[in-house]
Amino acid sequence: MSSDTLAKVPVDPQIPPERAETLRIVPHRRFGQWTAAVVVLVLLGFAVDSVLRNDAFQWDVVADCFTADSVLRGLWLTLWLTAVVMVLGFALGALLAVFRLSANPVLRAVSWGYVWLFRSIPILVQLLLWFNIGALYPHVFGVKTVDLFSPIAVAIIGLTLHEAAYAAEVVRGGILSVDRGQIEAAQALGLSRWRRLWRIVLPQAMRSIVPPAGNMLIGALKGTSIVSVIAVSDLLFSAQLIYHRTYQVIPLLMVVTIWYTVVTSLLGVGQYYVEKHFARGTKAAR
Amino acid sequence: MSVMVDIRSVHKSFGTLDVLKGIDLQVRTGEVTVVLGPSGSGKSTLLRAINHLEKVDRGAISVGGTLIGYRRSGDKLYELPEREVLKQRTRIGFVFQDFNLFPHLSVLDNVIEAPVSALKRPRKEAVDDARRLLDRVGLADKADSYPGQLSGGQQQRVAIARALALKPKLLLLDEPTSALDPELVGEVLDVIKDLAGQGATMIVVTHEIGFAREVADTVVFMADGRIVEQGPPAQVLDDPRSERTQAFLSKVL
Repeated sequence: MSSDTLAKVPVDPQIPPERAETLRIVPHRRFGQWTAAVVVLVLLGFAVDSVLRNDAFQWDVVADCFTADSVLRGLWLTLWLTAVVMVLGFALGALLAVFRLSANPVLRAVSWGYVWLFRSIPILVQLLLWFNIGALYPHVFGVKTVDLFSPIAVAIIGLTLHEAAYAAEVVRGGILSVDRGQIEAAQALGLSRWRRLWRIVLPQAMRSIVPPAGNMLIGALKGTSIVSVIAVSDLLFSAQLIYHRTYQVIPLLMVVTIWYTVVTSLLGVGQYYVEKHFARGTKAAR
Repeated sequence: MSVMVDIRSVHKSFGTLDVLKGIDLQVRTGEVTVVLGPSGSGKSTLLRAINHLEKVDRGAISVGGTLIGYRRSGDKLYELPEREVLKQRTRIGFVFQDFNLFPHLSVLDNVIEAPVSALKRPRKEAVDDARRLLDRVGLADKADSYPGQLSGGQQQRVAIARALALKPKLLLLDEPTSALDPELVGEVLDVIKDLAGQGATMIVVTHEIGFAREVADTVVFMADGRIVEQGPPAQVLDDPRSERTQAFLSKVL
């Protein structure tokens, strides 16, 4: 804006100091924002209305089946399968991350190869491969392979190997985020390699590990539903068993949807507290 | 007086860059040696080599009569396993330019970490010692704070207490005041002076000429990976023989 346009703006250029305090500030009216909000709310209203007034949802069936024994058993299996897979996946992933960062070129290569391989194979393909492993090795340690690799064992093995590949990268990123000076200080104090990792590096790495790990946990929780293809009776499979009998497909899928939403929300709350714990000593904690 | 640190023809290069080109230096027990020199002169590398944070390419360093990082057999030096090196490091305190306190541990936990986990001392004993040390650096009331809640000067004083908690026979300080705001330099130097007064053996890399003049028994001037000049502060600082030293001092004084 040139100086002569400025000069033409019809405002009082001289505000007497004693008046400055009494001037009222009028916020700019954002009409666009209001319009957008109204449009979105109306559309949302139509959507909610269509759900509530559509009898095909059969909300009474949803309510009946929500806490049905087989659904709860399926939910329980989903929960413990997720827990087992995450614990084993992160244990293996942490080991792979340490391998990847070690001075030993063979360990580094093995870790890199593992992550490359297991990130490349779709989890569904992997589950089907483990499920049919008996075709490759009919007997393992003198036991029939099909007895050893029950559907649930296949689910645990397949999901763990899959999660470990991702966990390895998450943990490695976390370790790399810790300042090099921290490790040097620990070395200068004579702390053992193990102590340096557990006491100094990992607790600090957790700050950058927790958010993606929370993502992975929620992903794993929902991801376990894929085991329904090998007939493991998780939450989804249990619901499917019911609707294959009763043909109440939508209400049962709503039961599953609501349960997943509830558990995911609880996990989100948990993540908040875990993040707070590992922010100790940082600005975020104060 | 006995020799605490004995450095013999130490060479070190990073790739094609020769950082240390044959360093010989002796530090006597109870003395304070201040190492001065322009950045890139190799003084920090030398200090880090003394506790084996940096491996040298040639030459040998011993502290208190013990070869650091190696075992000698005939005319060969065999590298020690890390476990042994870590044990040697517990006898040498190291203070870093940017403190490197552990941010997730309280001040007290920072100080007791090494005595408890590396020296296996009973926790209670280590805590009592740590409180005494924190009192000595004037931070008795900060034991339960986290490093992030302290000023730079306070953090560096905690770092000194942490190094002293191992009861080291030698203290190495790598530019302990370079990361501090000017008004915080004094409090850290006071703590170091206090230690010097109590007979601690120290090697201090610094740019604080006034501190060197006041506290050092020996001033070492390094440039381009070599020791150019060494002697009592009065000689090196006020009557330097080498032109290199004169040029450096005329810039920093």
